[in-house]
Amino acid sequence: MRFDKPAGRNPADRGTVLGQPLPRIDGPLKTTGTAPYAYERHDVASGQLVGYPVGAAIAKGRIRSMDTRAAKAAPGVVAVITTLDMDRLPKARMNVAYLFGGRDIQHYHQAIAVVVADTFERARAAAALIRTDYDEDKSTSFDLAEQRRAHQDDEVEPMAKVGDFHRAFAEAPVQLDQTYTTPGQSHAQMEPHASIAEWKDGALTLWSANQMIEWSKQALAKAFDLPAEKVRLDSPYIGGGFGAKLFLRADAVLAAVAARETGRPVKVALPRPLIANNATHRGLTIQRIRIGTDRDGRITAIGHDNTTNTLPGGDGENGAAPTRHFYAGANRLLVHRPLEMHLPESNAMRAPGETAGLMALEVAMDEMAEKLNMDPVAFRVLNDTQVDPDNPERPFSERHFVECLERGAERFGWNERNRKPGARREGQWLIGHGVAGAYRGAPVQASGARVRLKPDGTVRVDTDMTDIGTGSYTIIAQTAAEMLGVPLDAVDVGLGDSDAPASAGSGGQWGAASSTAGVYAACVALRNTIAERLDADPEDLSFADGQVRHGDRRTPLTEVGGGEELVAEDKIEFGDFRSKEYLLATFGAHFVEVGVHAATGEIRVRRMLAVCDAGRILNPVTARSQVIGAMTMGVGAALMEELAVDTRYGFFANHDLAGYEVPVHADIPEQEVIFLEGEDPYSTPLKAKGVGELGICGVSAAVANAVHNATGVRVRDYPVTLDKLLDGLPEVV
Amino acid sequence: MRAFTYERAETPQQAAMAAASTDHARFIAGGTNLLDLMKIEVETPAHLVDVNGLGLDTIENTDDGGLRVGALVRNTDLAADPRVRRDYGVLSRALVAGASGQLRNKATTGGNLLQRTRCPYFYDTNMPCNKRRPGTGCAALEGFSRQLAIIGGSEHCIATHPSDMAVAMRLLDAEVETVLPNGNTRAIPIADFHRLPGDTPQIDSALIPGEFITAVTLPRPLGGKHFYHKVRDRASYAFALVSVAAVIQPDGGGRVALGGVAPKPWRREDADAALPRGAKAVMARLLDGAEPTHENRFKVNLAERTLAAVLAEAKE
Repeated sequence: MRFDKPAGRNPADRGTVLGQPLPRIDGPLKTTGTAPYAYERHDVASGQLVGYPVGAAIAKGRIRSMDTRAAKAAPGVVAVITTLDMDRLPKARMNVAYLFGGRDIQHYHQAIAVVVADTFERARAAAALIRTDYDEDKSTSFDLAEQRRAHQDDEVEPMAKVGDFHRAFAEAPVQLDQTYTTPGQSHAQMEPHASIAEWKDGALTLWSANQMIEWSKQALAKAFDLPAEKVRLDSPYIGGGFGAKLFLRADAVLAAVAARETGRPVKVALPRPLIANNATHRGLTIQRIRIGTDRDGRITAIGHDNTTNTLPGGDGENGAAPTRHFYAGANRLLVHRPLEMHLPESNAMRAPGETAGLMALEVAMDEMAEKLNMDPVAFRVLNDTQVDPDNPERPFSERHFVECLERGAERFGWNERNRKPGARREGQWLIGHGVAGAYRGAPVQASGARVRLKPDGTVRVDTDMTDIGTGSYTIIAQTAAEMLGVPLDAVDVGLGDSDAPASAGSGGQWGAASSTAGVYAACVALRNTIAERLDADPEDLSFADGQVRHGDRRTPLTEVGGGEELVAEDKIEFGDFRSKEYLLATFGAHFVEVGVHAATGEIRVRRMLAVCDAGRILNPVTARSQVIGAMTMGVGAALMEELAVDTRYGFFANHDLAGYEVPVHADIPEQEVIFLEGEDPYSTPLKAKGVGELGICGVSAAVANAVHNATGVRVRDYPVTLDKLLDGLPEVV
Repeated sequence: MRAFTYERAETPQQAAMAAASTDHARFIAGGTNLLDLMKIEVETPAHLVDVNGLGLDTIENTDDGGLRVGALVRNTDLAADPRVRRDYGVLSRALVAGASGQLRNKATTGGNLLQRTRCPYFYDTNMPCNKRRPGTGCAALEGFSRQLAIIGGSEHCIATHPSDMAVAMRLLDAEVETVLPNGNTRAIPIADFHRLPGDTPQIDSALIPGEFITAVTLPRPLGGKHFYHKVRDRASYAFALVSVAAVIQPDGGGRVALGGVAPKPWRREDADAALPRGAKAVMARLLDGAEPTHENRFKVNLAERTLAAVLAEAKE
């Protein structure tokens, strides 16, 4: 099915199941611990061995030699495979770092060996016996600020240039020119990267934790020089991803290498202390933002210049991305400078670009409102745009940012806020309020599904879409139930298996909207098949209560197949109009109240409210869960999360969950989420857009703005930790 | 984790003898720190002496009006004991400010005193660390040192002791009772129990090889108001940037000890004497000679401000 014009009315609009606040259908499996995660799939292949990875001890250089004799002789060891045993494995387009093979070290904790043994403990013990000698390359800098200074005069093609920014900024009566930094952040998902691999008759099966089945199937085929049909990937349950599991990672490659070498299935998980440096992170950024307005607060010039770290060939974290489309302003200059550095691989993490970008931009907007002596809500409302400021010929399909701000302000009691920074105190606590806007694109990807109507009237949906804790199982079942007129519990959903039709996968906030559109397409195909069977025009059929209605005729679904299963498969493909004629995006507004201890600077978030504009909400329960989780992640980014770069050794020093702090329950207050009622017919047949990334966009800035409002101290270097506040807090006696 | 041998001790003295007679032996009680360190081979004991069967899990009244806390009393039980909550509030509060409920259910009184530093370089076996591998150097001095010591460190090590419980015990002038491999016993004042690193940062405590902690005794209650203010980047489940343990008497006198700033719980009796004159006067003595790094310089100011907050609360 091609989606090449806005959606009209269709059977999914009924909203009897779709759009209802239903608990997730995989919930009982999760809460009883019976959902099988990759590392625990003991039943899928017999005779499993355990591989334990070894990471490089340097950030850049070459391996001179590796002594594996002791490891090979250790009890229980079946094989020791080192990176010197093979050439560099070819990497897929989406990967930046090489994952295994060869002498060259690109980053700290790059995988250099896997030790395979009969038990986990024996593999781990033997892995510690490997001795590696390196030729370390000490010539490169691991300091982003230093690299930025060294490259400040580099000519860079702007990512967007509209009007004459320099002139308009120079002429603006009110100006802001500030620089903000965001640190590297770790996905810190609960389930580590993990895979079990088995080779049989030249074909590779990988049971893994992976967000993007089709990408990773192709990546495996490339790495091991196999035709894609010789690779199967299965990933039905995933314990969190946030982008960490978008691409093939070392666990998968090492398991496959080890299984090939030993002739037995091998499982590999990345140990927690290895993940921060072996796998990917959100890149560091240094962002210079310039905003010029007229005296009334209308933006006339906006500039965003972003610098980030990346290994060669990557793009890092593009903080300038959201500024391209968010606010009005006739003169614009956006620059993105990914600098090659040999820190670990900087790559996608939840709302890549927007998260770090809005952490800076939305503080800049707050600062600008302060300069203008304007309410920061009113300043944002004034600078709303209904057309793409980068290309004013192109309107937004649906944009209700102003409504998000106004509904939120009313609900939060914004008018009762503390207006003068540092002026409201309750006992030892300074109280502050902050607001920030949220912007995230609404991309989609082609997505396929297969739907079966069984003789017993139940429905089975298969697609390689993944559920990374997001609720995919549930919204896919809701889509099929709505389209075929069966109760939710008559729908069985199979996800994450590459034998099923390729889907959009979980990434870029496109998963929910794209995959349900694919299921819609397959259901339309099945309805057409049923119509043929009934010798009817599909337009004349309606599906409800387990029956097909055709005029006065009612045929139970158990009868339409005549005792046989009816199968239909299709995929949704999106036409150009969606991106060329219209700009599709999601919007939100975050309101936060914080308390800051007047003596110690301890920061406690006291209230949070998000208002989201994201088209039709397919399931308010799972959508809310996405948004509050993202808000929590945004609190972490605001207040504590920082991969600490050791600029001498070139690695993240706090590489475990004791050192890399994420919010605990005690950090998170009651969170309220409001979804604006609405549909976006330009998005998908279901008129839906994603929310999983929208929820993190802007939250951190709302927290930072609230801290400023509480204390009068403006922190421009995240995370906003108490040490950065102390000098500006009131004297204590 | 390296292979190791294992035995269960029957009596405290047997435990001490077993540990003294085997190279690279360690006692294991709750295992909440040791097992983690063994998994990443920061600790590589050849032999474990399991002391969980020794009893030593009761809290008894002492003749002079204090409490004798068995070495195997779990942190949860110690924090919840009605006598501790009534008379040693600072200790109860310090305990519940540490770790998580699950960890406190396992962690013991003796083990808590002996937990190792949380310096990130101590945990990464690729990095130099004099505490982990003497003579390799200290990566923290010029590195990621935000969490680390501002006082009491040396050019060889600036690790902090991570315990909250020990800070309260230092404030209370607890004593650590031990049995030696030869069967003798001794009581070590808590002030002398933890060592400063000097040029042997690998040695954390005054215990000799095989010496086994049997109990910690608390002297008679001090009265006064008890405080444990632990400051960290998140609200729970994190080690202290700075913690202030204090007992403040109605006359404004009292005691103060700091956690998170030094290789041991940090207290100076002459600083206590300055309490009536306020936080600045106390810190002028307590942190005299501090040598913070550029990353943890804020702890000097933070310690003073946290104590000031405590003193303000004491007046309420």
